[in-house]
Amino acid sequence: MTLSHSFGFETRMLHAGHIPDAETGARAVPIHQSTSFVFHDTRHAAHLFELKQYGNIYSRISNPTTAVFEERIASLENGTGGLAVASGMAAQLTTFLTLLSPGDEIVASSHLYGGSVTQLTHTLKKLSLKVHFVDPTRLENWERAITPRTRLLYGEIIGNPRGSILDVEPLAKLGNDLHIPLVVDATFATPYLCRPIEWGATIVVHSATKFIGGHGNSLGGVIVDSGKFNFSSFATLADPSDAYHGLRFYDTFGHYAFLMKARVETVRDTGACISPTNSFLLIQGLETLSVRMERHVHNALVLARFLDEHAKVAWVSYAGLPGHPDNALAKKYLPLGPGAVFTFGLSASTPADAREKGKQLIERLQIFSHLANVGDARSLVIHPASTTHQQLSEEELVRGGVGPEMVRLSVGLETTEDLLWDLDQALEGIP
Amino acid sequence: MTSACAIQLNSALTPEQKALFQAPDEIRHVLRTARTIAIVGLSKEPQKASHFVASYLQDAGYRIVPVNPRGGFILGEAVYGDLTEIPFAVDVVDIFRPYSEVDVLAVKSIQIGAKAFWQQLRINNLAAAGRAREGGLVAIVDACMKMEHGRYSGGLHSVGMNTELVSARRPRLVGSTA
Repeated sequence: MTLSHSFGFETRMLHAGHIPDAETGARAVPIHQSTSFVFHDTRHAAHLFELKQYGNIYSRISNPTTAVFEERIASLENGTGGLAVASGMAAQLTTFLTLLSPGDEIVASSHLYGGSVTQLTHTLKKLSLKVHFVDPTRLENWERAITPRTRLLYGEIIGNPRGSILDVEPLAKLGNDLHIPLVVDATFATPYLCRPIEWGATIVVHSATKFIGGHGNSLGGVIVDSGKFNFSSFATLADPSDAYHGLRFYDTFGHYAFLMKARVETVRDTGACISPTNSFLLIQGLETLSVRMERHVHNALVLARFLDEHAKVAWVSYAGLPGHPDNALAKKYLPLGPGAVFTFGLSASTPADAREKGKQLIERLQIFSHLANVGDARSLVIHPASTTHQQLSEEELVRGGVGPEMVRLSVGLETTEDLLWDLDQALEGIP
Repeated sequence: MTSACAIQLNSALTPEQKALFQAPDEIRHVLRTARTIAIVGLSKEPQKASHFVASYLQDAGYRIVPVNPRGGFILGEAVYGDLTEIPFAVDVVDIFRPYSEVDVLAVKSIQIGAKAFWQQLRINNLAAAGRAREGGLVAIVDACMKMEHGRYSGGLHSVGMNTELVSARRPRLVGSTA
């Protein structure tokens, strides 16, 4: 018998990152609700602060419960390691702050979550970081927007809210050829449906608040690095760090350099850390991820088909439907199903009529919760133009494909027939 | 710890080369049995990678033996100009020198009776490793001794890294430095 064995996804969902500890043997992951950790002696303390020892100092930087969540998600993404933070927005910002210097540029897909668009457009501008948004569907748009100052490419594997699929493989190859890392937000996919690192992405970020946690109870974000990008010519990781007496992160930590710097400089200084209790709750989500995602995508496809054939529905945008322009990409990158969030629009005579009917539909739904989140075990509904994407300009709304008639569903795990009944009865009441 | 695992990430080696020069059970055997580690190319600069590794290994309980031509003391230990000048037995020769210098270090490691010949991350002189192996040494290539120790002691895990270890077994011994 050999002890060399590669474990499957579901096994790692339950075991990666947590070997029972010798002292208690606790089977569930313990919640280490402690701000700080006792040093062995003064030498140990000094070496921890100098990064010469691995270990816990303070839960703003690392925490034993959070470490389980980090290693587990890294294992599921086939990455070299993970870093959990306060939210998906913090995961994104931490990545940018770690890799970029003032004057650097990002080329980003325009098919992004509205909050990401505002972070990239307004908050990064204050840090003298410039962002070029491109229609992500054509590789040449990315090529045209890249300048000698471009240090990062950014996109969502399943774009929010329109559900377009990012063609990761050629984009990662472009980044590789030009020596620019590709960062992919895989929130809507989770590592069960798509692992962008396997298609060449350098870094993956998640809002773990969504399907990873899966129960709508905890905010959290996570960054996973492939460990494959050569950062030796990337100033932020290769040059001596003023914050650590001239330490060169890439030289000293090799493939762990980005994550180490993100942890011990960026998150240490921004304080965008995650609570250990939230890490615990997100771990509970990961332990059933595959089972939940199978059911999520099953229900989503059934509902998308139902709406697609309904007389009062003008259009449905779900890449799992054969008529969607990204259906082939969905089959390539997300063969088990392109997530469980999709949008549709009601038939209407004018934009104002469309907006009004959308509101009426939301008011009539009984089982779908009207709120601003996705990826809950419960089904959710929202009208993006007046809520999640409300801060965007008319032009940004058009670029992001957010029309006034658009209604977004996040399909949950309820009895499929009940969800169909709810949509049916709500549509019934609309003139 | 005897957990099953397959370490696959972060190496330029092919699977066949990994089986020869990065076998987890051999690495664990070296980490468990070694006491004295000669570090060739150890810098006295506290922020250099070699210094980080040496300081870490010292904290983990190993005796480190600095080897570089500059002499003096590093981390409280006398520096030797050459492996062959070390007047006591060495278990592991850990190498922070470029590819071209590794061949002669393999010959010297065999000569001084070392038990393991370890080339650090991104150093991958397979011919030298093969020679060391023929000389009866365990040969490790393109791996960091600090990271590998951290993989099995819990340290790497504590900073969220993917150790690729999976086990439901409760360890009997507490050997952790984390």
